[in-house]
Amino acid sequence: MEERGVDVISLVKGMYGKVYRGVKEIRGSLMVVEGISGVSYEEVVKIVGTDGVERLGRVLEVSKDMAVVQVLGDEEGLDTSCLVQFTGTTFKIPVSDEVLGRIFNGRFEPIDGLPPIVSGDKRDIYGSPINPCARVHPHEFIQTGISAIDGMLSLIRGQKLPIFSHSGLPHNVLAAQIARQATVPGKEEEFAVVFGGIGLRNVEARYFIEEFRKTGALERSVLVINLADDPAVERILTPRIALTVAEYLAFDLELHVLVILTDMTNYCEALREISTAREEVPGRGGYPGYMYSDLATIYERAGVIVGKKGSLTLMPILTMPGGDLRHPIPDLTGYITEGQIILSPELHAKGIYPPINVLPSLSRLMRGGVGPGKTRDDHRYLSDQLYDAYSRGVKARDLAKIVGEVGLSPRMRRYLRFADEFERKFLSQGVYENRTLEETLDLAWEVLSIIPEDELVRIPREYIEKYHPKYRGRELESS
Amino acid sequence: MRVGVIERIKGPVVIASGIKDVQIGEVIEVGEERLIGEVVRVTSDNFTIQVYESTSGLRPGEKVYATGKRLVAELGPGLMSRIFDGIQRPLEEILRRTGPFIRRGVKLNALPRDKKWYFKPLVKKGDVVEGGSIIGIVPETRIIEHRVLVPPDIKGEIVKIEEGEFKVDETVAIVRDKRGREHEIKLMQEWPVRVPRPFKSRLPLTEPLITGQRVIDTFFPVAKGGAACIPGGFGTGKTVTLHKIAMWSDSEIVVYIGCGERGNEMCELLTEFPKLIDPRKKVPMIERSIMIANTSNMPVSAREASIYMGITIAEYYRDQGYHVTLIADSTSRWAEAVREISGRLEEMPVEEGFPAYLPDRLAEFYERAGRVVALGTPEREGSVTILAAVSPPGGDFNEPVTIHTLRFVGAMWALDTDLAYRRHFPAINWLRSFSQYAEPLEKWWVEKFPEFPNYRRRALRLLTVASEIEAIASVIGEGALPDDQRLILLTAEIIKEGFLRQVAMEGEDTFCKPEKQYLMLKMIMDFYDRAYILVRHRVPVDDIANLPEVFEMMRVKEDERGVEAVKEVYEKVIKALDNIARKYGIDLEGELRGWRKGE
Ligand SMILES: Nc1ncnc2c1ncn2[C@@H]1O[C@H](COP(=O)(O)OP(=O)(O)OP(=O)(O)O)[C@@H](O)[C@H]1O
Ligand SMILES: [Mg+2]
Repeated sequence: MEERGVDVISLVKGMYGKVYRGVKEIRGSLMVVEGISGVSYEEVVKIVGTDGVERLGRVLEVSKDMAVVQVLGDEEGLDTSCLVQFTGTTFKIPVSDEVLGRIFNGRFEPIDGLPPIVSGDKRDIYGSPINPCARVHPHEFIQTGISAIDGMLSLIRGQKLPIFSHSGLPHNVLAAQIARQATVPGKEEEFAVVFGGIGLRNVEARYFIEEFRKTGALERSVLVINLADDPAVERILTPRIALTVAEYLAFDLELHVLVILTDMTNYCEALREISTAREEVPGRGGYPGYMYSDLATIYERAGVIVGKKGSLTLMPILTMPGGDLRHPIPDLTGYITEGQIILSPELHAKGIYPPINVLPSLSRLMRGGVGPGKTRDDHRYLSDQLYDAYSRGVKARDLAKIVGEVGLSPRMRRYLRFADEFERKFLSQGVYENRTLEETLDLAWEVLSIIPEDELVRIPREYIEKYHPKYRGRELESS
Repeated sequence: MRVGVIERIKGPVVIASGIKDVQIGEVIEVGEERLIGEVVRVTSDNFTIQVYESTSGLRPGEKVYATGKRLVAELGPGLMSRIFDGIQRPLEEILRRTGPFIRRGVKLNALPRDKKWYFKPLVKKGDVVEGGSIIGIVPETRIIEHRVLVPPDIKGEIVKIEEGEFKVDETVAIVRDKRGREHEIKLMQEWPVRVPRPFKSRLPLTEPLITGQRVIDTFFPVAKGGAACIPGGFGTGKTVTLHKIAMWSDSEIVVYIGCGERGNEMCELLTEFPKLIDPRKKVPMIERSIMIANTSNMPVSAREASIYMGITIAEYYRDQGYHVTLIADSTSRWAEAVREISGRLEEMPVEEGFPAYLPDRLAEFYERAGRVVALGTPEREGSVTILAAVSPPGGDFNEPVTIHTLRFVGAMWALDTDLAYRRHFPAINWLRSFSQYAEPLEKWWVEKFPEFPNYRRRALRLLTVASEIEAIASVIGEGALPDDQRLILLTAEIIKEGFLRQVAMEGEDTFCKPEKQYLMLKMIMDFYDRAYILVRHRVPVDDIANLPEVFEMMRVKEDERGVEAVKEVYEKVIKALDNIARKYGIDLEGELRGWRKGE
């Protein structure tokens, strides 16, 4: 203990700015400091406890002689006699091309054994809003090699498209597959991947690091990892650090960047914790009323900017508490993102990978990114027809559970068969299977040929005649 | 200037002291960067400011400056086809000034001060004018003639007026009032955004806003000067529906407020508007549109102001004699901004954290819709139609913002998550939606298509009955239903797929004109009447269901030949049913005649 005490003194000597000893009150991760002056709102604070450990904090509220500070990092071991230093600046990290290939913790300290990043431009991790006039409407199709996504939920460069999952489902495997396979057809550049792990379990973190290493993706990646046993409050910083790095790669270095944030539910939980500690009026589920705006400052950082070659595509992953889509976390996320990919425990139980329930899933930017000149002229209609047929099939399946298959009309029975085939042939694929878009669309036609041509009302006749297996001289499976 | 000092900073709310006579609503410049804010509370020893920009880095002890002005909109030529933030800062100029990311502390006028406009007087020296009178015009865009109005509180005789090129802040006319005081009239005037602009009187709502969306115009119409809300969970189609209306409706002017929503959606409007050509006026739609964008990641307090900014601009063009549509996406995000500021002020929350005055704020907003006779001369009417998205948490309409909104609007387009999952767009639920305008607007339709109300009512009834039958079918299976019920289901499906569903973003089906809507509905309901007679004569419903003409009815909406194609399919359908009747020896026409008489 004595030794540490000395450390504290030397630390203080190295501190610039105003240093105060003693705080009035510590409540959870909040700290009230009195007798201060010249402190600014949202300024970063360094706090050294009698244990000698340095933590970071942030000013949440300030008046002439009092500040409320949010402690980031472990509040255990802090007491009212700790040292507090106000740094005079908001939260910033240095960015340079040295970040590529590196692994950091939720405070942007390296955890890969290499030295910290010191040089480079310092950026506020909270960023600034993109001027709506500076945006280019995202329209470039990304091929993920996954049929359900490419065919029906196309991912577009600059889109924010989350995965809503349940604990125990292979969302991480899917995210890693997307990171591995994502390309823009006809363009050779690979995506730089920024990975933000929020409250990640050790095995999950290791999985991603291993995946990235194995496939050689690590050198074009940046990993920012906050582990489950790291301080929860740091989860507030992790996605913002990841996005600050990503913005730098996308809009300074002009790379195409794919950002994966997992698990945003842990982020929201940390947000709730802070809000509770501040005794704010809670909103639905105890989450703060400003959670929508707060999440928007994260998700809205995705996009494409006029005059910049790069792009920032964002794939947040979250597990829905209680599997409930209406839970505030998926709900508010869905209200901000440009669609959602929803995983289903039922499909997973059936052994289907990827277990994507396409019906409630949606890619809002698909319309502008597919079709003639972009992907294939029948793409959009085909996708519409698949939705229609599959939703009828699922309805038939539900009905068959009640009245038995014999109780179904012949038409309904056909749709039921379609649903089975759709899941078996189109949806299912291997974790390492990378399908081209042509393969995906042709598969779609193949399963759709179960349905009589006349009933394909969502596809214009010209495309039926162009692509339907019957007209392409192929054998009809059903005949 | 009156100067005070910051005492305390709490998010977007700053408490300051040192100025005695500040008033609620007064604009204050805060700190060294002179961030814009508005006084929201005054006590004996301090006052609270809602700051419209990020307060990050602000320090207690920094100065604040009272401006003596309220938050106003700049009104004049130069608004049209432009985009502003919630407090009317021009976003394109901000882009030029600070790059792609918005930095704070930027001060720019909404209306460019250096641009010259050609002013042509419509009154002359010696004429008597009053508040609201048009004294001249300026061609603002190729389709919008900007009518220069005498500000509401001025009345008197024109003593000077000149034709020629003027900047917005130059005097174009002088009015001398009764007391001999002279007032300079400029192309530009200011108006406090939280105060409704005055008008002479309200008019009844008798003309529909034609949106070109069948489910709206035919079943749940909104009148020019009315107010409609479109509530729905995420991804159910609020924005797309409102975008379509912004692009295609027969409004003369559109003010679009992107309130706490996505940047990409505003960007889409900005890219689409200049490309879309107004079918009536043949110039790009952007020339009739004004956009206010305060996206979800921009400061929350400016989001609160954006709604007032938008409606004030809409009223100003209404006063010039235009039919203006104001679109707000989403009012829930605005209500949340109100809630957040209220929370920072430590006001007592009532429901789900919202302050007790939420319903009043909503009422005040929707009251600003209307069709009115404007002040001044010459006599003219204008209207503001409000169309507002509502984003209920969890898609559950039983929450404060939806509930209170429904008290103040005349129509609701209720979006349905299930329909959206089935890709039935617009996902407007035909059983839950309503429009109080349907009845007063019937006259408008009847003048053109006398049979319209009858078809409309019957189609709605058929859809209602079909939903009841569907509930039964989901338990016993469709196959077990009697044929007349299966025919109802079939017809309902044709209405849903062939009439209600309208997903096109380009080509024929993006906008469906009233005549085509009527003919399509007539086609389907006439089909139903005939098929019903056949089924009653024991023709198996499958004979009818499998007719290729049935599928043609579902597709014809997209046929580029429009009305002609509908007429053609109509003939084919009648003929096909006639053929079946002949085969079974049924006198279809005779029965129909008798039936119509009996009705
Ligand atoms: N009329 C329509 N025609 C075709 N597609 C539509 C239509 N309406 C909605 N969609 C589809 O639904 C998606 C979501 O619609 P939209 O963005 O309007 O939802 P929203 O209700 O505004 O959601 P949020 O509350 O999250 O903003 C669109 O991207 C589009 O794919
Ligand atoms: Mg929307």
